[in-house]
Amino acid sequence: MTPRKDLLDIASLTDEEISFVLDNAGPFKDLFKRSVKKVPTLKGQTVLTLFYEPSTRTRSSFEVAASRLSADVTHFDIESSSVVKGESVLDTVETLEAMRVDYIVVRHKQSGTPNLIAKNTRASVINAGDGWHAHPTQALLDAFTLREIHKDLRGCRALIVGDIQHSRVARSTSLIFRRLGMQVAYLAPGSMMPREVPQEIPQFGNWTDAFDWKPDVIYLLRVQGERIDEPFVPSSAEYHRNYGLTNERVEVLRERGLYLMHPGPVNRGVEITDAGMNYEKCLINQQVENGIAVRMSVLYWLRPGAAE
Amino acid sequence: MAGNERTLLTQAQMADGVKALAQSIRAANPEAESIALVGVFTRGVPLAKRIAAEIEKLGLKVFVGTIDITQYRDDLNTFQMVPKLEGSDIAFDIDDLNVVLCDEVIYTGRSVRAALDELLNFGRPKRVQLAVLVDRCGREFPVQPDFSALKVTLAPGERVAVRFEEVDGQDACTVQTQAPAR
Repeated sequence: MTPRKDLLDIASLTDEEISFVLDNAGPFKDLFKRSVKKVPTLKGQTVLTLFYEPSTRTRSSFEVAASRLSADVTHFDIESSSVVKGESVLDTVETLEAMRVDYIVVRHKQSGTPNLIAKNTRASVINAGDGWHAHPTQALLDAFTLREIHKDLRGCRALIVGDIQHSRVARSTSLIFRRLGMQVAYLAPGSMMPREVPQEIPQFGNWTDAFDWKPDVIYLLRVQGERIDEPFVPSSAEYHRNYGLTNERVEVLRERGLYLMHPGPVNRGVEITDAGMNYEKCLINQQVENGIAVRMSVLYWLRPGAAE
Repeated sequence: MAGNERTLLTQAQMADGVKALAQSIRAANPEAESIALVGVFTRGVPLAKRIAAEIEKLGLKVFVGTIDITQYRDDLNTFQMVPKLEGSDIAFDIDDLNVVLCDEVIYTGRSVRAALDELLNFGRPKRVQLAVLVDRCGREFPVQPDFSALKVTLAPGERVAVRFEEVDGQDACTVQTQAPAR
């Protein structure tokens, strides 16, 4: 497989590249069973995490992945940097360029910022989430997790539930699911459903209709706190009642043998209950573990300085 | 001018070589009740399986595993293509076991160094030995095989190519001469 410099979204990946990353994540996951969980692949290289938005899980996942590849890992602390004094993204990139880091893992609330950074550095840039645009490694780990259950995902049906409109996860994950031959449907309040949904994605406004569609997996999205209490959802209780995975709905999943996924972190009592978290086909912890293996596979594939 | 190829071992000589390696390994491990053969991807794997089958005929229990050294290569950054990973598979406890690494050819010694690094991530074997079908002189690292079916010295432009039925569809051991650059 030809190396690439950056991973910015799912849309620009070829089917072959998606398969390459997913196939190689398997051997990386096998490493986790050993007492020594480390390989020297990126020895001498530096991976820098540049998170303009707070994140614990994604950042830690990248940091563990980079450490297991023997890279030196550094976090650029936005809170105590000159960014808070008004330094622009490109000024920061120039600083990082002078530090000769090899990989920059970036999260930013503005869509397109990782692309901007990628154009201005020889380092490999990995988009760890930008605005409503993309979160490619989340999509890759979701696909990898489902492929552990069904080797061939063609014909599988995923129901994505929640704030589709504002979710980079929904965008990237529904795209990769469809690229792998799955059918995708959305269940969301009208205020959280995107205006333009591709014709082949059914849209539902309630669980009854959504269950009638016969999904194989339910993918719950995190409800952002700022969207509760207007204008999108009147209250978290109402969201839970209408769109959350209540205990009764967990029973439907159990009767039908459906799998459950969530990108985390979970709002207990809003999109999911404790019973949902304890459900035997809940894949949330598996998604976290797989996130490290998939990110190792991405770091292994990308090549700083490679022509794009 | 195209490159040419000459036979180094016939198919029958390859089979005899595998038997000889099995007998040498058995003789060198008289006290062992069991032994592990670990093949280095790609062609060390069929070699390990063939030697294992011969050793079992001699009444010794054999474990067989595989090792992928891609992550340990010191020239990985220079590759034009990123290799697909096979992953190592050693599904038995190697602690206190006699382990024989198997590779089809030893030349510089760098692959063996990498294989040792990977092997030691699985545990602490009692002893590690190295078996190869062809020992091509020209070491760059101080690593020597314990068992080899054939030892040859070749010119720098020559390359030993070992093919196995399981991987390549035929058994062959040849020397390929690269065409000179124009």
